[in-house]
Order: sequence, then C-alpha cells, then structure tokens
Amino acid sequence: MVELQKDIYKIEQVELFPIIMEKKNDMWRLVQICCAFVDGSYEVTYSFGHDYDIANYRLIVGKDEPVPSISRVYKSAIFYENEMRELFGLNVEHMKVDMNNTLYRIDEETPFLKKEDK
Amino acid sequence: MKNIHKSPWLLHYDGSSCNGCDIEVLACATPVYDVERFGVVNTGNPMHADIFLVTGGINSQNEEVVRQIYEQMPNPKVVVAVGTCACTGGIFKECYNIKGGVDTVIPVDIYVPGCAARPESIIDGVVKAVALFQKKHEQKLLEENGKESK
Amino acid sequence: MPKRSVVPFGPQHPVLPEPIHLDLVLEDEHVVEAIPSIGYVHRGLESLVQKKDFNEMVYVTERICGICSFMHGMGYCNAVEQIMNVEVPRRAEYLRTIWAEMSRIHSHLLWLGLLADAFGFESLFMQSWRMREKILDMFEISTGGRVIFSVNKIGGVLKDMPKEMLNQFVSILDGMEKELRETTQIFMDDYTVKSRLVGVGILTEEDAIRRGAVGPMMRASGLAIDMRKTGYAAYDDLDFEIITSKDCDSYARCKVRIEEIFQSIALIRQAVAKIPDTEIAAAVKGFPNGEAFVRFEQPRGEAYYYVRANGTKFLDRMRVRTPTFANLPALTQILQGCQFADVPLLILTIDPCISCTER
Repeated sequence: MVELQKDIYKIEQVELFPIIMEKKNDMWRLVQICCAFVDGSYEVTYSFGHDYDIANYRLIVGKDEPVPSISRVYKSAIFYENEMRELFGLNVEHMKVDMNNTLYRIDEETPFLKKEDK
Repeated sequence: MKNIHKSPWLLHYDGSSCNGCDIEVLACATPVYDVERFGVVNTGNPMHADIFLVTGGINSQNEEVVRQIYEQMPNPKVVVAVGTCACTGGIFKECYNIKGGVDTVIPVDIYVPGCAARPESIIDGVVKAVALFQKKHEQKLLEENGKESK
Repeated sequence: MPKRSVVPFGPQHPVLPEPIHLDLVLEDEHVVEAIPSIGYVHRGLESLVQKKDFNEMVYVTERICGICSFMHGMGYCNAVEQIMNVEVPRRAEYLRTIWAEMSRIHSHLLWLGLLADAFGFESLFMQSWRMREKILDMFEISTGGRVIFSVNKIGGVLKDMPKEMLNQFVSILDGMEKELRETTQIFMDDYTVKSRLVGVGILTEEDAIRRGAVGPMMRASGLAIDMRKTGYAAYDDLDFEIITSKDCDSYARCKVRIEEIFQSIALIRQAVAKIPDTEIAAAVKGFPNGEAFVRFEQPRGEAYYYVRANGTKFLDRMRVRTPTFANLPALTQILQGCQFADVPLLILTIDPCISCTER
C-alpha cells in the first residue's frame, strides 16, 4: 500500500479483499467506486467512509485484466460495478447481480473509452 | 362540443432534462403562476390528455416512452417542447446518449426556449397550445362533418 | 398460499415527477423485492470533459440537476480550486454558503410539497410550493435565475450581494419562518399525515451503514454525520447542531428535513451577520494538474466529486457520485415488506433526484 496523496492509497489486487473485509468489520460504509481510464489502464478507486474519515484505495488495472467484484461484501457496490462495466468496459468478475450492460441501456458501447483505446 | 379550448388537459413527461424545467412546469401549476386559471388541468394519464409537455432531450431509452405516450393521447393533440434541451438538445447535445430535441421522435407544435424555461414563457406556450388545440379541433369537426355530407 | 406477481412501476407515473422504473415482486399486496432500473434520463454528461474545457464544465455540472444546481457547480469548482491551490476569498465562501443554504430550503420545501401530493394532501402541496416561490424570488433578485444561476466560477463567484440585499433577505426569511412553523406543524401533528408516515419504511442504523445511505436518510436512522461539519466554504465559522432522529421511519425522515429548513434559516442569519468585506473572486491562471476528491452536503445528502486533470484545458475525468445514487440500495431495502399502495410514498421519502442519479 502506497500513499499517493492524503487519503488516497494505491493498492495491489491481492490487498483488495483483506482491506474491504477489514472496513466492513469496522462498520465503514462504501462511499463510492470510481473508474477512470488514464494512459492505457483503468484506475478503480474504492472510497470508504466512517464518521468524517475517508479512505480511497486505488487499484490500477490493465486493459483486459479482470477485477473481482466486491458486491458480495458490500451489496451497494452492485450499481457502481455495473456502471463501470457498461460505461468503461471494465471486466468485473462474479458480480452478485449482473445486469449485462443494461443499467443505462445505452446504444454506444463503452462511451468513456476514446476510439483509439477501444 | 364546439369550444373545447376551455378545458384542455395537460400531461407532462420528463425526457432527459436536468429537472430545472420540470420543477418550473410544476411551479406553473402552483398558486403563484397557476396555469389552471386557463382551464388547464395537470393529469398523469395519457388517455386523458390533450396537451403534451415534454422537457429534456431524447435518448435511446425514453424515445419509445415518448412515442408511446404520444400515440396513446386522443386526437387532436398538441405537443409543446419546454426548454432548450427539448427544442434542440441544448448543452447536452454533444453527449453520447442524446439524440437531439423532441422533434426527432414526434412532431412538435410549439417550442418554448430557455434554460431553464421560465414559468412565464411556459404559460405563454401553454396558452398558444390551447389556441392551436381549439383550431385543430375545429378542423377535425369540419373534416368529419364534410365526410358525413358526402 | 399468497399469489406472486410482478408489477412494473413507472417510468411515467402520476406521482413520479421523474422517470424511474421499478419491477415490484408482490406476494398479494406486499412487496417482496423491488428491482430498480434506471437509464431514462441518462445523458452521459461526464463524457463532456473531452469536448468542453474546465471552465465551461462549471455550467455543465450545474445542469446535472436543476434542484441542487448551485451545489453541483460549487462542488466542482471546489475540486478544481483544490487542484490548482486557489485561495477563494472569504466573502465568496460566505456568499456560496448563503446560496447553498437557500438551495437547501427550496429543495426541502419542494420535497415537502411532493410528499404531501403523494399522500393526497393537495392544499399542503400548494402551500409548500407557494412558500418556496419566495426563495426563488430571492434567487432571482440576487443571481438573475430561478433554478439555474451560473454564479459560480473557479476561484470565487460572479455576483456579489450588497448589504441591503442581504438584510432584506433576512427579513423575508424572518417573515417566512412563522408561516413555515404553521405549515410544517401540520406535517408533524396531523393524524392523516401521521397514519401514512409513522412506522412505514424502516431503515435501521445498521442497514443504513451497510447500504451506504447518505444525508437525511442516514440522519433519520440515528447517524449524526453531516458533511458541512467538515468545514468547507464558510461552515467552519458557523455554529450548528446536526439534526438526527432515532425513529428510522418515514416520519423521522420528514422531521429531519423540516428541522433542517429552520437550521438553514439560522445559518443564513449567522452568515449574513459575519460576512467579511473582501473580493469575491481570486484570479486563476494556468491549467489544473492533479486530482482531488471533494465531499459536499447537498439537500439529499453527501455528494462526492472527483476531478482529475492533466495540465491541459481538458480534464481527464470528472465524476460525481450523487446522493440519490447512494440511496438507491437503501430504497430497495425499505421497499421490502411494504404495502403496494405505499410504494410511491416510500420512493418519495428518499427524496429521489433521478437526473442527478443518472447524469
């Protein structure tokens, strides 16, 4: 775990589940999951909040690499994960409720990737 | 039933607007602006409605909904596009999920500009719609009577 | 053996001001499961960062939602200001606070009206909206717009409010407060209202955390978390207590929002008394480079802004996690086990803003 900025930490995929299990047991709530596509790879940021504390964990994921779903730990992650998959084409594996790219039901595929990145 | 313009009913559907025009449409129905003084009643049932107010642009998902509501409304009917987004797509025109204004799906009779459209201009649009509605109604009567006389 | 059926609800529905669709799985009259599906208002405005520069994006973010438009603009500006290390003049911070609290009053009054409409109390609906018009008039006097103002800019605000105007606003609010007490008393005391709200749509404290609920939803479940306490804008100078309730039901949510209206009036009074006399905007030069997360308390709850810039005039990514998006899992929770006839009311108690949710 490397601190990039105040409250933003970069993590590896093996660290993801230990961290979210710890957060869940300490009664942190899932604030959001945000996806960005920068320089050829995805940045997936998981934000957790407890009272006024906030912690953002960032996972860097390659173009076709899969990401495990956290929806079995945090149920509310379903919407965020489906959104990432539909808008960015991020491969989220084992989602509890898989909407198969029908959350927003848009015509264009993965509109947040530029044409040259697709 | 000659003077139908005295009580046209109004149906409002929110396309993909930002809510700004929607709350202004609703504000028209509340005491300060009170569009009901023109005999207009806000209804939720398309089959009861004569004037169709649409706010916001058209996207791939609400396209069908708008068309379906339009088809469910009895003839004659008047469509009013409220707000810049409903007229042309507005600020969201370049978004990937916006096809454009309401006229890409159904014929629009009256365009009310503004972002968000002010209640005064919405009322102005509704009053114009009422007049047009009466005209369309008379035309329809004329056509029907014409047929009978043959 | 109860009969199972699936009833589609929405998108066009008389009580819904905005399109949302729910598939309700019913056992006789009771809802077993509610599956929301969204996308009717999805525009994809976050993708506009590729086409509009970071200054123009202020106007786009304001149009995420017409109800909390001011705060969306403010949140975005704040994130960019953080990246660019811009010190916003104190007067601008105070002006933002005043407009933000006025937005909160107008949003809560709007919600109270819609709630009254949902349980069929038409005159309360009209009363709430009549009072809301006074706030909109104040917006119009001070900014020129009724619902979308465009007074935010990166580095401050575009318009100032002179002293006389602020004092005039305070006296209008003083007059409103009395009227508001009378009207909101009806929401709190009337037995017809109570019969619809008390004990309906329970969201326990644990569920609120597990489902990630925010704002009045969370505070009505006993959690005292209000992002204004993190001290953005001028809130660090102002005194206020977080309003909570332990009842966890729809009545509690209504009560929290009503109390917040009066709290906002008190905050505006404090801000007007303390507002310093400085510039209203700082000069901003260059392009942003870096990233920032910003949290704001909107009328509907915590909003989370993320801006990532790369040193050019176009941003890499702008994301808004809006409060209703976070409240959707909580909505599916409170709908479980409720009566079918209560569904419209329960959807309203989360104060849904669909155009925020889908952006």
